[in-house]
Amino acid sequence: MAAVKLIGSPISPFVLRTMIALSLKKVEYELLPEKLGEKSELLLKSNPVYKKIPVLIHHDRPICESAVIVEYIDQVWPESGYGAILPADAYHRALHRFWTFYVDDKLFPSLVAIGKAETEEAKAEAVEQFRAGLRLLEEAFVKLSEGKAFFGGDHVGFLDVMLGCFVVWIEAMEEVLSLELLEEATMPALHGWVVSFRAHEAVKEVMPESGKVVEFFKMIRAMRMKAAADAAN
Amino acid sequence: MAEAEQVKVLRFWASPWSFRVELALKLKGVPHEKVEEDLANKSPLLLASNPIHKKIPVLLHNGKAIPESLIILEYIDETWTDNPILPKAPHERGMARFWSRFIDDKCVGACWMSCWTEGETQQMFMEQARACLRILDDELGGRRFFGGESIGLVDISASFFALWLGVLQEVAGISLINGDEFPNLCRWIEGFVASDVVTECLPPRDKLLAVFQSKKQAILATKSMVY
Repeated sequence: MAAVKLIGSPISPFVLRTMIALSLKKVEYELLPEKLGEKSELLLKSNPVYKKIPVLIHHDRPICESAVIVEYIDQVWPESGYGAILPADAYHRALHRFWTFYVDDKLFPSLVAIGKAETEEAKAEAVEQFRAGLRLLEEAFVKLSEGKAFFGGDHVGFLDVMLGCFVVWIEAMEEVLSLELLEEATMPALHGWVVSFRAHEAVKEVMPESGKVVEFFKMIRAMRMKAAADAAN
Repeated sequence: MAEAEQVKVLRFWASPWSFRVELALKLKGVPHEKVEEDLANKSPLLLASNPIHKKIPVLLHNGKAIPESLIILEYIDETWTDNPILPKAPHERGMARFWSRFIDDKCVGACWMSCWTEGETQQMFMEQARACLRILDDELGGRRFFGGESIGLVDISASFFALWLGVLQEVAGISLINGDEFPNLCRWIEGFVASDVVTECLPPRDKLLAVFQSKKQAILATKSMVY
């Protein structure tokens, strides 16, 4: 019976966050994917408040919400694998948490809005909002990285994990929608960061294949368009 | 700890978010300066300290600016380690963070919108708000505080329900928090507002009531939480 279980699959960027953290710590776990459109008994029992993935179950006790899970993983396995994920000092911890809030509250919703936009106008507006958010993260990266490869400096830190989980989705949407979201010209530091992040052994272990994410994105777009067409008839 | 520490809170007297920060500092006995902001005319210091969101509260500690109340609470707990507000054990620590985020992400918004909408929309928000309050009531159970025997992160996060919700529902003419449906929460409110540290920090109820009454029309128009 595995001591550590994770409900979800890496196609979800929030589940991917927790998988990156577990991979960085070299912690073994059992992955329990959910079937699309159905919620298992275990999920409903483990996360009665939100009924959402990811849920980490450690010694039969569930922890929910990806940011909470990653902090938990960092606290339980402080020195394992690649070492600490959260920065050592309180002020930098606050900065990583601040930008994580920003990613979750502002950046991610604008990414979703791009995918859901039904008109060219709506799409253009959502794209501009998303790029504006990335430009703020570009500035944050320059300050936090201090010339090194990651937001965490020379090792993968909290904000690297919390933002890095979206990289494969950003790329998939760029391909399917023929857009440039992470513009090399205006976001050169973030561009460099993506390369470093993707190249990290712990990240490579768990990052879903780009092709799979592209197919998944196309599928949910098709499902959404069909649902809209059915509703209109 | 450093000598001659400079601790300032950029705050607004009626805000439950800056109240959280001041309560945490008070619980830990950290001397600090309160800098009152006029939200209609934000100071250059506030705009420089929180350029992304331009909101209070902001904690300024020896020149470092930390915004967002929940982030400030963690910073305070890590910096001044007397009277901890977060549990030490990882699972309990994680659950405290979970409940604080639940309060901010789901509960407060549903309660707020219940006050300022009408008809079917209001019914929907009131159902959501009641569902949230029920979850919190169950979670608290028979405990004195969410933090156990002493005020912790979740209690501080839940302070909105201890004073502001009662005031808002009076102004809006609705009933959300009541002793019949939420006996544990109501008992918690009594104990929370009666504790010495909280009494020292809470804004006066009658002043709060007056400000919400006066801003009622403006809030009804925008539903915005900035008042």
